[in-house]
Amino acid sequence: MEAASGSRLARIGAFGSPRLDFKWVIIGACVALTLYLGVVPLAFLLWQSFFTPQSAAKAAQFTLGNYRDAYASEETWLLFWSSIKFAAGASLLAFALGTLLAWMNERTNTPFKSLFFALSIIPLIIPGILFTVAWILLGSPKIGLVNLALQKLFDTDAVFVNVYSLGGMIWVDALHYSPMAFLLMTAAFRSMDPALEESAVMSGAGMLQVVRRVTLPLVWPAIFATLLILFVRAIESFEVPALLGLPVGIEVFTSAIYQAVHRYPSQVGLASAYAVTLLVITTVGVYFQSRLSTRGSRYATMTGKGFRPRLIDLGNWRYLTVAIFLAYFFLIVVLPFAVLLWSSFQKFYSVPSMEALSRLTLEPYRTILGYPSLMRSVWNSLLLAVTTATLVMLVSAVICWIVVKTRLRGRWLLDNIASLPMVFPGIVLGLAIMILYLYLPIGVYGTIWIMLIAYVTRFMPYGLRYNTTSMLQIHKELEESAAMSGASWSTTFRRIVLPLLKPGLVAGWIYIVIVSIRELSSSILLYSPDTEVLSILIWELWENGQYVELSALGVMFILGLFALVLLAQLIGRRFGIREA
Amino acid sequence: MLSVRGLCTEYADEHGKAVRAAHDVSFEVPAGKLFTLLGPSGCGKTTTLRSIAGLERPRSGEIVVGRQTIFSSKSGIFVPPNRRGLGMVFQSYAIWPHMTVFENAAFPLQVSKSRKTRKEIEATVLRVLKVVALEEMAEREATKLSGGQQQRLALARALVMEPPLLLLDEPLSNLDAKLRERMRFELKRLQRELGITTVYVTHDQSEALALSHSIAVMDRGQIRQTGAPREIYERPANQFVADFIGTTNFLRATVNAAAGASGLHRVASEVGDLVVRAGDALEPGAKVVISVRPEDIYLSEARPQGDNVLLGTVDTKVFLGESVDFRVRVGERVLQSRAHPSLGTRVGQPIHLSLDPEKCVALKETAE
Repeated sequence: MEAASGSRLARIGAFGSPRLDFKWVIIGACVALTLYLGVVPLAFLLWQSFFTPQSAAKAAQFTLGNYRDAYASEETWLLFWSSIKFAAGASLLAFALGTLLAWMNERTNTPFKSLFFALSIIPLIIPGILFTVAWILLGSPKIGLVNLALQKLFDTDAVFVNVYSLGGMIWVDALHYSPMAFLLMTAAFRSMDPALEESAVMSGAGMLQVVRRVTLPLVWPAIFATLLILFVRAIESFEVPALLGLPVGIEVFTSAIYQAVHRYPSQVGLASAYAVTLLVITTVGVYFQSRLSTRGSRYATMTGKGFRPRLIDLGNWRYLTVAIFLAYFFLIVVLPFAVLLWSSFQKFYSVPSMEALSRLTLEPYRTILGYPSLMRSVWNSLLLAVTTATLVMLVSAVICWIVVKTRLRGRWLLDNIASLPMVFPGIVLGLAIMILYLYLPIGVYGTIWIMLIAYVTRFMPYGLRYNTTSMLQIHKELEESAAMSGASWSTTFRRIVLPLLKPGLVAGWIYIVIVSIRELSSSILLYSPDTEVLSILIWELWENGQYVELSALGVMFILGLFALVLLAQLIGRRFGIREA
Repeated sequence: MLSVRGLCTEYADEHGKAVRAAHDVSFEVPAGKLFTLLGPSGCGKTTTLRSIAGLERPRSGEIVVGRQTIFSSKSGIFVPPNRRGLGMVFQSYAIWPHMTVFENAAFPLQVSKSRKTRKEIEATVLRVLKVVALEEMAEREATKLSGGQQQRLALARALVMEPPLLLLDEPLSNLDAKLRERMRFELKRLQRELGITTVYVTHDQSEALALSHSIAVMDRGQIRQTGAPREIYERPANQFVADFIGTTNFLRATVNAAAGASGLHRVASEVGDLVVRAGDALEPGAKVVISVRPEDIYLSEARPQGDNVLLGTVDTKVFLGESVDFRVRVGERVLQSRAHPSLGTRVGQPIHLSLDPEKCVALKETAE
């Protein structure tokens, strides 16, 4: 109707006068927290990149030296170039794989379709570090099973595959994130009304003309947005470049930041300069991606009715597509998990053979369960994950309410600041927070609190996204009728808004628990001997060369995450929502 | 009971420019009466209602319920909606989907300042649910209710606090035609029985005519006429009201002379000389617009007696079941008339039109 609330009245809000009451305390606290988390680390990172290292003898001084060092050297351009090559390669390969799978699933009659969506949870349940380790066990030149099998088959000593290379890095990273490309392209295929193509056919256009003049222009924004997301994600990737690139001297920005901090003496300024560069790249990427998405809504082809396009009958070709799919499934799930499982039952790592089969043992499991820091890591991980998820979901619910339901001036700014950590690669965020609390003497550095701060900052955008989806579905009259019934703002929020948000809250909570438990790239710069988390423990086992213990822990970790994801799906179905 | 004086509201459009929604709106609603704000969408009726509710803050004016001033721009009073204690039924009903029927209706009592005991709340809620015939469904999930039941639940929730004033925002617009008609009677019966003072907002003129003690017709933020349903229908004060309420024929005319003391005037219209009624005395030579409703134009094949008889030709006719709509050409104009289906004059045949002078209303031409 003509109902519209003016900015003045909105400042008053739908509930009550603007005097200081509980409402403003909560809103103020949430806004302050968001601003603090979103802005301060970034400011500190920028500031730090212009200073010399502080030492006991000498105070920090302003300098452009970090940038000069970073950009004058040949190495940096090499670094820049290899980062771009890695990210472009990984994103293109992931895109090609994801698009092929999405097309097979959405537009053809390939069998086994129910398996396709099971795939989409793979990146969730196999953390990057385990996936990378598994592929090292498969594709390393010396101990890689693929090489050994092929050498046996052809009876040579030649090295067939080598994951310790740019190609290997691209392969592993692209494979791990191809399900994400699959989901994004599935959404693109689904949002296209086949009637648009059909009406072009009815207008007399041939198949090629339809593709060129209707299909491509329509999906172009989605394709480009997907490529950008994948590119940003690949350039932020830490596990693959660190484990596969560093041993053979291939550095990208993320691994270079890690190296710069861990060198002695650590070069925080140089790391900051790298981090700022990386941040510029991701910001540009995310900016164009969001521009594309908003522009894409002009092309909105969603009718909300959910159409099933006519499927292409592939005939006998469907055996080929199903073979491609099964091969893919084998590469992404079966092989990595199988190799971890195998090595987790060995006393020392060895390749599968009849002889090794006779030496199967539970020893690694015994060792890892008796590992001194295991219980502490598990406890830290769980504590962090649950606290992060709870805090993020509640705070972002309030932020989201402000952004969606009020007409406060500057609410768009709040929305953007809360989403700002989205452009922070994990390792950059870790660096920024590390620097901030090194200088800020509030006793957070070296405790578990610093990791909590990092996690909450990092996952706030996810919470916001989950809550926004549900918040938009709450009709404003549902709150207004509570006000008319005499309820105050906090009563309305507690008894009406939060219960109505529940599906999004629960789904988001579980999602954040899962991603928190697997978090590595921020934690790697922030942990201290007492505050290791599970992913750090795996990292340490790798560095110590304890492969079989790592495998045992990895198998249990994957099974645990799998159970969590199943639980999430179960609850999601009960509350009638789908993955956002 | 309710008095609204000099209410002005504004809202900011996308460009931040202030747009006037209601301008100098004033009306009084006596206790126990049903007052309707009627108008096309965008006329400011919902904004006015929401200002009474406290969901919007007007720019200026004064709103008094009973003896309590709930809004006054002069003395800076703005009572927030949750302290006004008014009942409201929203257009979407705003039934909380995560609660049962009982919980929905009990919510206002649970959050109210006057702490009632659980027993008291239960008794009150069940009593109200009985009034709207939902007591059997108290334990049911609110989302399982049909549209009409949700509407009644919304009403029960608004009534449970026993508010001094009930606000209804297009409560019937989401129902299908049959149900809407039934709920209209139901609502009227309830309001009359409970004797609760009510402000009703609608764009549906037949709803307004059927339910109200008094109607204010709004257009572009202003009240154009306030009066009883019959008055509004039979004596529209201006062209907008005549056009918006029901169907009508407009005829341009010039006043010739007053015809006696009964308020009748002789005019020269575009279809010939007519005798018409005017609210105020009209000067000879004044330009007016005559509004005459289709049902006040009587058709017959034989020439009837009396004033205001015209001869025309049947242009088209539409059979509607209970009546037939004739379009009759008289000179350059085509007039619409509603006749009994027994009238079988064919298209192209001549026919006589007889216009009741009492029902031909002369209106001042609005400069638009």
